[in-house]
Amino acid sequence: MRMKNPKDQDTKRAFTRRSLILGAGQLGLVGALGARLYYLQVVEADRYRTLSEENQFNLELLPPTRGLILDRNGVLVASNEDNFRVDLVPEQTSDVRATINALRQVVHVDDWDVKRVLKEISRKRSFVPVTVVENLTREDISRVAVNAPYLPGIRIEEGRSRVYPFGSKAVNITGYVAAVSDTELTGDPVLELPDFRIGKSGIEKLYDQEMRGSAGRRQVEVNALGRIIRKLPGDEGQPGKNVHLTLDMGLQIFAHERLERGSSERVPIADIRVQEAIARSGVPKRYLENDDGTVFLDKGGNIVQGESGAAIVMDVHTGEVLTIASTPGFDPNNFNKGLSARDWENLLSNPRHPLTNKAIAGTYPPGSTFKMIVALAALEAGVIGPETEVYCNGHTDLGNARFHCWKRWGHGKMDVMDALEQSCDVYFYEAAKRVGIDRISEMARRFGLGETLEIELPGERNGLIPTREWKLAVRGERWQKGETLITGIGQGFVLVTPLQLAVMTARLVNGGYAVKPTLIRREEGDEQIPKMNVSRGNLAYVLEGMRRVVNGAHGSARSAKIPESGVQVGGKTGTAQVRRITKAERLTGVIPNEELPWRERDHGLFVGYAPAEAPRYAVAVVLEHGGGSKYAVPIARDILARAMEADGFEASEAEPVEILPQAQPETDQG
Amino acid sequence: MATGMHSNSLNRPELTLGIKLQQINWGLILLLTLIASVGFAMLYSAANGSWTPWAMRQAIRFGIGLVITLGIALIDIRFLMRWSYAFYFVSLGLLGVVEIAGEIGMGAQRWIDLGVFRLQPSELMKLALVLALARYFHRQTFEEVGRIRSLFIPLVLVFAPAILVLRQPDLGTAGMIILGGGAIFFLAGVRIWKFVTVLVLGLSAIPIGWQFLHNYQKNRILTFINPENDPLGAGYHILQSKIALGSGGLFGKGFLQGSQSHLNFLPEKQTDFIFTMLAEELGLAGALFLLLLYVLALGYGFAIALRCSSQFGRLLALGTTTTLFLYMFINIAMVMGLIPVVGVPLPLISYGGTAMLTAMIGFGLIINCYVHRDIEIGRQGFEDED
Repeated sequence: MRMKNPKDQDTKRAFTRRSLILGAGQLGLVGALGARLYYLQVVEADRYRTLSEENQFNLELLPPTRGLILDRNGVLVASNEDNFRVDLVPEQTSDVRATINALRQVVHVDDWDVKRVLKEISRKRSFVPVTVVENLTREDISRVAVNAPYLPGIRIEEGRSRVYPFGSKAVNITGYVAAVSDTELTGDPVLELPDFRIGKSGIEKLYDQEMRGSAGRRQVEVNALGRIIRKLPGDEGQPGKNVHLTLDMGLQIFAHERLERGSSERVPIADIRVQEAIARSGVPKRYLENDDGTVFLDKGGNIVQGESGAAIVMDVHTGEVLTIASTPGFDPNNFNKGLSARDWENLLSNPRHPLTNKAIAGTYPPGSTFKMIVALAALEAGVIGPETEVYCNGHTDLGNARFHCWKRWGHGKMDVMDALEQSCDVYFYEAAKRVGIDRISEMARRFGLGETLEIELPGERNGLIPTREWKLAVRGERWQKGETLITGIGQGFVLVTPLQLAVMTARLVNGGYAVKPTLIRREEGDEQIPKMNVSRGNLAYVLEGMRRVVNGAHGSARSAKIPESGVQVGGKTGTAQVRRITKAERLTGVIPNEELPWRERDHGLFVGYAPAEAPRYAVAVVLEHGGGSKYAVPIARDILARAMEADGFEASEAEPVEILPQAQPETDQG
Repeated sequence: MATGMHSNSLNRPELTLGIKLQQINWGLILLLTLIASVGFAMLYSAANGSWTPWAMRQAIRFGIGLVITLGIALIDIRFLMRWSYAFYFVSLGLLGVVEIAGEIGMGAQRWIDLGVFRLQPSELMKLALVLALARYFHRQTFEEVGRIRSLFIPLVLVFAPAILVLRQPDLGTAGMIILGGGAIFFLAGVRIWKFVTVLVLGLSAIPIGWQFLHNYQKNRILTFINPENDPLGAGYHILQSKIALGSGGLFGKGFLQGSQSHLNFLPEKQTDFIFTMLAEELGLAGALFLLLLYVLALGYGFAIALRCSSQFGRLLALGTTTTLFLYMFINIAMVMGLIPVVGVPLPLISYGGTAMLTAMIGFGLIINCYVHRDIEIGRQGFEDED
């Protein structure tokens, strides 16, 4: 055995010492690892847990299916349909323009769309998809799909779009949906989905929340590449509720077209008469052409614009509105796709206000249709009786002022029913003078005039029933007696909406119940309709007057009869003057409406009901600047006839209606 | 001490196989098996609960590795010493081959394709360097080590492979070679002031060295300094790794439940980032448990080194232990964002043949030192040469 080298002892000592230092150092480093672990996994754990979950899960919103709008027979008035569109994700293509050009080889893309897309891309972040074309057919889509390898960044998306099968003919009820504007964002993330639409007017707006439903929320687990690994069960969301309207779409379409046509004729563009008219007057047909490629020709063979106005049919007992037409309309389907600025300008600047729902938001002087209110107010006050007679010599004087009857030489002796039948102004000057403005206003309000009726549409206007207080407050002047007389014939300050006229008529003819108009079909709730405190006897006198308006020998609306069905109609005409007739003009002869510019023509009104013996439907027609009531009457008659026909009052000799014999004796009285 | 050893059969020139087998640290073997088993479990999880493609192959490798460990443990330590330089130069030669092949291949080529498996000479080099340095310093007295002249050869031994590895380029391995070499210098008794001098010179050389770094190496260091700067680019891996670790919390998301790992937010979860996955699924508790296993295994290395009677054995045992420590530390520090991302595997756990082989050879060397702890070795590696 060899001896230990003492020098080895030095190296061994140094080794031992230094190995301990090294060991301590390594332990210290392991301690640092432990400390770091503690920091990450305990101190900062919550922060990293959140980040981890953000990595793991993406929240996916499932847009709810919008509720449908249906009419009383279940006909779809607004529905949804699948809509294919092509989106472009700018960051997925190296050359946006090249991709768009390649896409244009496959499907049609407007120049205008290309400009819009390029503009949107420059505004948005590069991973946000921009819609290039919408409403593609399945064929288009398959072409895009086949060419997908040459279309980097292009994605095919399937969405739902809102469809209004009846377009402009029900737009005043349905309203329309359009893209959400910045001011409408509420923080609900579903509103930020690229193709989400919300109601902008009509039922769509009023019932937007209900029809919208609630968005489903689903967490999807994604991997690092964003690929969906699994979908977690989540809140499936609620589809929107359907809205069932009281509307009868058949009648609605009929009323809309009938109202628009007025006294003219609907003729195809290709018709020789249209070509002649264009050659004669050079009217650019672009402005007058209807959606269906027709134009309106008046009796003189001239191309005319469609009438501007409103028509309402309602059930007098329930208040259910079967028809609520407003012309001209506009196509709500255009809003879904996005309206061009020019089209929007045209809608706004059109003097016939297609965007206004004239049935509820157009206010007009009721003219003679107001006379029932005046008559009833006077009868109820006892200032006139059924036998009270007034002599009409063509005018009434009050102080220095002279109030003219429409019939220049007067009607002679009139009782209240005669006065209604012939719409004698002098009688109602007298009645108004006797009963006073306060009681007229009070009666008007009881019949639904001068305040909103809370029909289920946005934008309803109050109209105006003047009172002394109103005039003092608004005009700062005292009420003048002459104004009472003018109010007596529905002129002056009085303004009503067509809907109010329909409700007034319904309340007059239903036995004095204060029905409220409704557009929404309800479950049988037997809601008690409050009875108005009006004497049945007095109502009967008014109704008899209204019956004679149509059926009487001197009735002002004898053309409203529906002889073919044998259903008796009652009603009242109204002509609302919109210009002042000067004394000079009165002497030389009042200029006929037909010769006046459109804006100065009288409004034509008619309120009616049928059947006269057991009223069921009330109708109100207002023709803006229609030239007087005589143009409104046939429209109302046709609409009523159509409503009765739909109800089983068949216009055929083969099926004599039972009601006929009962109706006959009453007709004889007129 | 010498008299006491007389009665001890272990310092006989030749040990019988039976005695050697008795002397093997079966406790350490058990510890290694435990650590490797943690690795199998994590690889099983990394494959979404499947033994293929990783866990089963790793277990087979470990089995083979265990045989190698035992085989190496039984080789006569003097034989090891005699062949140290030969191992070293073969490894260096292979590194050179990789260097040439790397010029032909693309990017970072670090292996030689042997058909059956890919040999990574830089891994072998780490152990060969320890052997070579241990042999060199074995015959140096404390005074000799103090002379600057005597440091020339070992410095060449360290920097020759370091430079080759850097050219590959592999910053992590180069760093490990230098640190591992430095540790042996330190243990051999190189004076402290020399380390201080080198440290100061090294720090002042950083701005110069910066220019020689590849862009991706610069980026790694820059993103290490501020990973949030580029969360989707170069900093992505560090950030996702930290998210995975942090979201694991105290007890983890549960085995097979690591969302970061399983949804591929975590890069290379079966190799370099396996510790992150473990910490995500098993939490702080699991991570600390693994650290404890490592500390115990490395503790064996220290204890063995201190019991060796030869300087060669001491340096070999502790040099190897330190190299394995560096593997572990660099890997874990990297995935926790403490140091830049360098491709260093976690010994015994990361999936990979060479990494497993290196660790098993390393522990074989350590156990060898224990088995031959009382063998006196002459300056040249023969028993009696005085």
